[in-house]
Amino acid sequence: MEYESVIGLETHVQLNTRTKMWCGCVNEYGADPNTNVCPVCLGLPGVLPVPNAEALRKTALTGFLLNCDVPGYAKWDRKNYFYPDNPKNYQLTQLDFPSTIAGFVEFEFGGGLEKVRINRAHLEEDVGKSFHFSDYSGIDFNRAGVPLLEIVTEPDISSANMACEYLNALKSILEYGAVSDCDMEKGQVRCDVNISVRPEGQQELGEKIEIKNMNSFSGVRRAAEYEIARQIEVLEKGGQLVQETRRWDDDAGITDSMRTKEDAHDYRYFPDPDLMPHRPSEEWLAAIREEVVELPLARKRRLMGQYQLPEGDADVFVGDVALGDYFEEAAKGLKNPKQVANWVINNLRAKLVETETSVADLKFPAAAIGELVGLVESGLINSKIAQGVFAEIFANGKTPAAIVKEKGLSQVSDSSELEAFCREAIEANPGPADDFRNGKEAALNFLKGQVMKASRGKANPQLVGELLAKILNG
Amino acid sequence: MAHSLTIHQLVEQLRAGELSSREATQACLDRVEQVDGRLNAFIRVDAGDALAQADLADQARAAGEDRPLLGVPVAVKDVLAVKDQSLNCASKILGEFNSPYDATVIQKLRDAGAVIFGRLNMDEFAMGSSTENSAFGPTRNPWNTDYIPGGSSGGSAVAVAADECIASLGSDTGGSIRQPAALCGCVGLKPTYGRVSRYGLVAFASSLDQVGPFTKDVRDAATLLQVIAGADERDSTNVPEPVPNYAAALSGGVKGLRIGLPREYQVEGLNPEVKAATDAAVKQLEALGAEVREISLPHTEYAIATYYIIATAEASANLARFEGVRYGARLGGASPEEMNRKTRGAGFGEEVKRRIILGTYVLSSGYYDAYYLRAQKVRTLIRQDFLKAFEEVDLIASPTTPTPAFKIGEKSGDPLQMYLSDIYTISCNLAGLCGISVPCGFSGCGLPMGLQLLGKPFGEPDLLRAAYAYEQATDWHTQRPKLD
Amino acid sequence: MEMDLSRVVKLARIELTPEEEQRLAPQLGEVLKYIEKLNELDVSGVEPTAHATPLSNVMREDEPRDSLSQEDALRNAPKAANGLFVVPKIVE
Repeated sequence: MEYESVIGLETHVQLNTRTKMWCGCVNEYGADPNTNVCPVCLGLPGVLPVPNAEALRKTALTGFLLNCDVPGYAKWDRKNYFYPDNPKNYQLTQLDFPSTIAGFVEFEFGGGLEKVRINRAHLEEDVGKSFHFSDYSGIDFNRAGVPLLEIVTEPDISSANMACEYLNALKSILEYGAVSDCDMEKGQVRCDVNISVRPEGQQELGEKIEIKNMNSFSGVRRAAEYEIARQIEVLEKGGQLVQETRRWDDDAGITDSMRTKEDAHDYRYFPDPDLMPHRPSEEWLAAIREEVVELPLARKRRLMGQYQLPEGDADVFVGDVALGDYFEEAAKGLKNPKQVANWVINNLRAKLVETETSVADLKFPAAAIGELVGLVESGLINSKIAQGVFAEIFANGKTPAAIVKEKGLSQVSDSSELEAFCREAIEANPGPADDFRNGKEAALNFLKGQVMKASRGKANPQLVGELLAKILNG
Repeated sequence: MAHSLTIHQLVEQLRAGELSSREATQACLDRVEQVDGRLNAFIRVDAGDALAQADLADQARAAGEDRPLLGVPVAVKDVLAVKDQSLNCASKILGEFNSPYDATVIQKLRDAGAVIFGRLNMDEFAMGSSTENSAFGPTRNPWNTDYIPGGSSGGSAVAVAADECIASLGSDTGGSIRQPAALCGCVGLKPTYGRVSRYGLVAFASSLDQVGPFTKDVRDAATLLQVIAGADERDSTNVPEPVPNYAAALSGGVKGLRIGLPREYQVEGLNPEVKAATDAAVKQLEALGAEVREISLPHTEYAIATYYIIATAEASANLARFEGVRYGARLGGASPEEMNRKTRGAGFGEEVKRRIILGTYVLSSGYYDAYYLRAQKVRTLIRQDFLKAFEEVDLIASPTTPTPAFKIGEKSGDPLQMYLSDIYTISCNLAGLCGISVPCGFSGCGLPMGLQLLGKPFGEPDLLRAAYAYEQATDWHTQRPKLD
Repeated sequence: MEMDLSRVVKLARIELTPEEEQRLAPQLGEVLKYIEKLNELDVSGVEPTAHATPLSNVMREDEPRDSLSQEDALRNAPKAANGLFVVPKIVE
């Protein structure tokens, strides 16, 4: 019997606001414990929450980036449960009227395009961090109250690899939108994975098993792979699966069951009486819509189409937005954008890495690259000379034309001038000349090299080759 | 006697240099020492701190400053956070808690120059109507110490009635300011929900709680309300409605003011003396020019049930933070869960436990629709009753309580009986109105009775106007209990 | 309606003594019976009072505000060590 797996992901993403969701404490990783806390996020008696406007903005923006609807009414609810890292022992979240709903993420997978639907992305608050020692645990509340966006997919994911690709695509989108730094090392992205299996073709879903708090995408893939296999094995042996929560042990490479606490999940949700609902206005939404950036996938397709770039080049410009923007600026109005791409990817990028600078630090305008390409295409300089010119441009920001003129680098294409060089080289190197006459094609390159040397690189290499051959062949 | 002055009398004398703030504060402290052993209105008094504040106030006045409450001793219910002071809410569970921050209303008192002193006794976590549910012992009615002073702000009412302070702050969720004011013979005002900041008020029922003043007369209530009312960006439920000049509202008189008498308030349990006193008070208002007519509030009989579902549900969540992790009197346990259970089992009093259990139950899986959701719908019906009534009248009048004070211990074994005595005050919080209780007489055995007036949301000016007119036409407010 | 007291008490994390349970159970039963009153009413078509005031869109700017010092944060901690609030060991 063949089985298929059905996966849904709930991803918790910390928004990169300056301050926390309900109070003015700084949203910052790595500070000394309990130094970014105040009466509000510590849950002291008598305190009240006030929503962070920027968190609401970034939530709506994320909604647009994920093709979601942003309804005209959203409200806050209390999710009641006791846990030492939960300062109020209820978490403020959005239950039935979340900030955004019904979107999707498109991404490349398995040679084609996949679409995973987003059920909702709602706003809630993060809890404190626990540290466990031999005979006690310690809690740091610096993280308590940080705005958390929970992005929930429909069960549209059908394999462990797809889950991993979806997560990469989601991360890329969130980084593009600058709503989160998505730094997994800092715990800014965490995932709960819901997995069930069923016989291929069956409509009914199998028992859903949840693996909580995954904090790496490769870990998600490994855990999902294991869990799918485990579930299938149980069913094949005639066993039964029960809905439960499991934990992934990355070292051992297995999931194991967490203690089930029967009443632990009666969250007694009710509308929070301290917080007023959010009714986003059209103006507010319109302003945010204007900030919606081009998504990675759309950008890739456009670069390939608009500039006839191969996939590899497009991928580079999607991965490095600043470089890509620079390329587009440089390629404006030129007939051969591929050439510009070559220069940007092969030359500019290398120089940036070498000098540890970024596109923002460049001393010359993007148009300079285009100009350089133009000079080579028109035959004014050859590509080797162009390399040197580029180095100059990079170092001191002068225009290509100025450099060429200043150093007299124009390519020599005048046939009489070139002929003179060629005859000199042939005379000075009788051996290779004879070799060529005797059929050794490669000897031409040596002679060519001599001409290039004598002309200080300025000779038009193509013409030189033609002329040498003509002369040698009589 | 400085301690028996009202705010306006004291301010006049302070301005005239006839009295210093230190003298006034010392007088209050002496009075506390003299009578509080019998009354137990205060959980704690830091005399040194109070006098230090008084001295600063005197210095400021000498330097030419003048602020509405400069140098006036105001006592505070133990439910409001005052920086560097204890905060117990009359419970064991908060242990040695010392607040690192000020409630907004406390900051406003400071800005007005008040001398903030004392932690006033209350029913634990504001849950009760008699101040018998305190871990620090019951507070006693100064008119007869065998009787309750009312609750939950019992200490706040007694301290004012017994002249242990010039004025005090309390909180009202279902009548906890108005009822003790009535039973102790002073003025108690519950502002409209959202009028006064709740930041720093330990929450009982978030959608019903408000902070309000206890004073010796209506003018003082207007003064104190003026200080504590207004915007606060730390409270999302605070309404940015401009604050009018309440003192200016006082002298309007009641000519043409329409007062409604709810027919549903003529309940079986209404004590005949209370009825007679309230009727007389209403007649007095009529004589002053008010128009009185009967109105109907058809859902009155459902108010108590509605309240005890909504308030306990919100409270069950609000009190979840008291479990010994970050503060409070922690009891050990092998696991955090055990620690929580033991800490809460030992730290909460019985009434608090009853309400948390009830609140947890009405929110729990399978019961939410039947109880909580239904109660919120009935709340809408109750609000609609009042909105409709206020189309015909400007104010609603009733007794504040169905009976005068009862004896300590008389109802403490029967929670439901206790709840039923909130009949006249409870709807006001559910409907988001403002309300005031002013003294309107004494029972045969010398216990005070109160007249309650209810106003529209943000209708405090009319409320104060009518209360002032009535008060000034009578002399109930000049009476003091015999405690010497 | 009968309340399963032990279940609710567990959810509320309050430990009751047997005497307390004996005392509270009938009192709670009486209150529950009383609040059944609300079932007399027809509430179809009535909106629940979601919020006590008609406000919406209350929010604050993303501006930092003074936090407590670590000392003040731990001021009331029943047990603290190395800047952390200490609790009995949490076992997953």
